[in-house]
Amino acid sequence: MSFLEFVPDWLLAHAPAFLMALPLIMAAITAILPNKRVAWASTFIVTAILTVTAFTIALYNAEVGTTIYKMGGWAPPHGISLVIDALNAPVVVLIALMSLITVIYALPATVAEIKPNKRAPFYAAFLLCTAGLLGMTVTGDAFNVFVFLEVSSISTYVLVAMGAARDRRALSAAYNYLILGSIGATFFVIGVGFLYMETGTLNMADMARILADLDGGSRVAKIAFGFIVIGLGLKLAMFPLHTWLPGAYAYSPTPVAAFLASTATKAALYLLLRFTFFVFDPSYSYVADVLMFVLVGLGVVGMIFASLQAIFQTDVRRMLAYSSVAQVGYMLLGIGIATTASVAAGYLHLLNHAIIKGGLFLAIGAMWYRFGITRTEDFRGLGKTMPLTMGAFTVSGLSLIGVPFTAGFVSKVNLTFAAADSGWWWAVAVIMVTSILALIYIGRLLLVAYFQSPPVVNGEVVVRNEAPIAMLLPMWTLALASVFVGIWSDTMVGMAIRAAELLLGAG
Amino acid sequence: MSDLFLQYNYIIVIILMMTGLYIVFASRNLIKKLAGLSVFQTSVFLLYITIGKVSGGQPPILIEDKGYGADKDGHALLEGTIQTAAGGASYILPGPGSDVLYSNPLPHVLILTAIVVGVATLSIGLALTVRIREVYRTIEEDEIEAADFVYNLEGTAD
Repeated sequence: MSFLEFVPDWLLAHAPAFLMALPLIMAAITAILPNKRVAWASTFIVTAILTVTAFTIALYNAEVGTTIYKMGGWAPPHGISLVIDALNAPVVVLIALMSLITVIYALPATVAEIKPNKRAPFYAAFLLCTAGLLGMTVTGDAFNVFVFLEVSSISTYVLVAMGAARDRRALSAAYNYLILGSIGATFFVIGVGFLYMETGTLNMADMARILADLDGGSRVAKIAFGFIVIGLGLKLAMFPLHTWLPGAYAYSPTPVAAFLASTATKAALYLLLRFTFFVFDPSYSYVADVLMFVLVGLGVVGMIFASLQAIFQTDVRRMLAYSSVAQVGYMLLGIGIATTASVAAGYLHLLNHAIIKGGLFLAIGAMWYRFGITRTEDFRGLGKTMPLTMGAFTVSGLSLIGVPFTAGFVSKVNLTFAAADSGWWWAVAVIMVTSILALIYIGRLLLVAYFQSPPVVNGEVVVRNEAPIAMLLPMWTLALASVFVGIWSDTMVGMAIRAAELLLGAG
Repeated sequence: MSDLFLQYNYIIVIILMMTGLYIVFASRNLIKKLAGLSVFQTSVFLLYITIGKVSGGQPPILIEDKGYGADKDGHALLEGTIQTAAGGASYILPGPGSDVLYSNPLPHVLILTAIVVGVATLSIGLALTVRIREVYRTIEEDEIEAADFVYNLEGTAD
């Protein structure tokens, strides 16, 4: 209330369009700026404005409820609408905030990882990616989702490939991501095409209304649903479709890995929620079947197998990438159980995991920045040589495992209760077992870092060499955020429950 | 069976789609994979354009306060003849049941966007292939994997 009074009226009225127009325009301008710090400064200012706007949107949404912005004044369903509701407002805040945090971190990181003549294009691609992610989150038009999905994906391929200055495998990782990402996006657009055939509209709310009139629709709608789930499954790294993810996370520049891990798959998951529960409805038998057998099945298999794979990785960033696939499994499990409590828990885990994995990837990036290390055995003595960075890594890592008083604990407990309430005791067992697997792969690193002495290089013991403040600040922000969410969890849980109630109806 | 041949557009779409997808998965050459991806995406363009043909549809032109087309929102169907501005020749407007094929502009516009997206994807893919060729001296996936296998054993880059 108090904050909203300071926000100008035009921003309140046009915030959804502003949110994606600003980074799109500034991306073009940033690309031609001189390569020094000007490009960084412009990106920083844009993301700071985006963060303020996103918070404004979220506060305004909490006050007045769902708002529909008519793009160009054309009323939906014929015009394109931007929708802000309880489901996407937190995701918008998440993406904007993560972009700001990543940009602060990127100031030292890009100096080390990106060639000077590539820095302005790097920031331009970063802004494009942010614009795409924000766009696909706020839009209420199904084809618009595809366009923004591709805007974010294509700029992501570029960002991942820029890791080639550090590690040449980034190129083949980016290529694989491009092939699989394009197949995913094309599957999605085929699905939207079939939905358009069935309903004759592209507006998601209108589609939902017409599909409900048709009792879920004919075989065309079923096929559309299948294509959309597979397409989004590729984008969100659903278990057997995740093969692009470890390479893309492991070899991309470190700020990109942190940004992707905390936003790209999350935006795709948001879309999956939007399509399964909002456009389609779990009361249609084919949707219920997919939720029950595909999402839960693949989610659980992914939780177990990806956790096991994470344990056997020698590269820490690949390990975290496999862990991401496993965590996506938790979210899919929550979505698949399809009760209000479980969807809320899955949604909560989506937000929490973004905070946790962002923090972990930033910490790993700082370690590479100082010592050029990414392998597990190189963690020796990091507790002494980089105590603050390792501290942030430890806090986020414990949160990933699900230690009490951390964000990971809150969402896992909620998910466990939701599964138990529905009588899915085997799912409870799987959650427990995979948490222990997470304890193994994170604990292994903590043991090496804290209980082994620093390595000897060129006859001298490596001395303390802490990361710069521009890296420490972002990673500690995220680490403390995950503790904050863990202790004062009511706000986040409330947001998640409101989102779930929007999707499934109260109760 | 004959119904299937009447809807030959869909058959073409399916054949193209499966061909493209097969090339992407089966081929080990980076350029060929991109070619397959393009074929796959093009099949989707055809699918959209196929559904853009509506028999008996009316163009979405707003005439004063009459609304446009007949639809579920209660807009009335335009009936009778319409006169063109020049020449004075009059035409009978098509409606439901008429066999006049009307092109719905919306799918065409969507596909224009999708074509642009496809071009962007293809060009990024080709640019990546150029970079891969510079670094690895090959565009065969097997050879790249073999080169990286040694590289993986030696650990990450300096």
